[in-house]
Amino acid sequence: MSYLLAFLVGGGLTALGQLLIDGTKLTNAHMMVVFVVSGAVLTGLGLYEPLLEVAGAGAAIPVSNFGYVVTQGVLQKLQAEGLFGLFSGIFSVAGGVIGAAILFGYGIALLFKPRG
Amino acid sequence: MGDLQGAQFQATVEAVRPKPDYIGNALRAFLVGGLIALLGQGVTEYFLAAGYTTPQAGARAAVVMVFLGAILTGLGWYDRIAQFGGAGAAIPVTGFANAVVAPAMETHPEGTVMGTGSQLFTVAGPVITYAVVAGVLSALARWLVLGG
Repeated sequence: MSYLLAFLVGGGLTALGQLLIDGTKLTNAHMMVVFVVSGAVLTGLGLYEPLLEVAGAGAAIPVSNFGYVVTQGVLQKLQAEGLFGLFSGIFSVAGGVIGAAILFGYGIALLFKPRG
Repeated sequence: MGDLQGAQFQATVEAVRPKPDYIGNALRAFLVGGLIALLGQGVTEYFLAAGYTTPQAGARAAVVMVFLGAILTGLGWYDRIAQFGGAGAAIPVTGFANAVVAPAMETHPEGTVMGTGSQLFTVAGPVITYAVVAGVLSALARWLVLGG
């Protein structure tokens, strides 16, 4: 059941992104920004967490989840450290993905050359 | 052909431009985005079975998916997935990895430091910037209103 929900919600979110791209003049990169901002705002409104509980990776794999983890990290650090959390929390949860993208990205960019 | 100008030219261009295949594109995006999420669920279940909590398992699964997106981009396979799946390949975190690796792979006249080093952030830069701004504002608003 968790696999079906992940497939349906993950597919639904990306299909929505495709419709928005086709219906506007936005590029893939613009749409990624739209998704992360939406993820952050929905987290602020308390709506992203329930979506994650229902859809699992269906909500965690689209980049909207990046907006969620930044917001979540800042919220946790605000509660623990006060206003300094506005800075210290930004990458406290989101850091794994950024770190992985930079490390793997750098390594693979050096090892592989573009084809075609 | 008379001389078409300004708004008239725009209207003609719009009329001749082929309309995107909305339904077909959305279905292909649904399939590819859904399958990537399905794979992500499988990786998450693996870490859950290994005894990690849900947030820990999710964070580890995201790193695995970033690795997969990066290596498939290096091999030239992610481009093919993206040609078929469009946003279905671009919106998942694997597409974020693809957007980090693809511009950095090109040989840059600026060299490894100013070329590769900065090209990693061609798309990641705007995505991270807006995630940080929107995330901080959303978290601050929620904290001020609800206290957490």
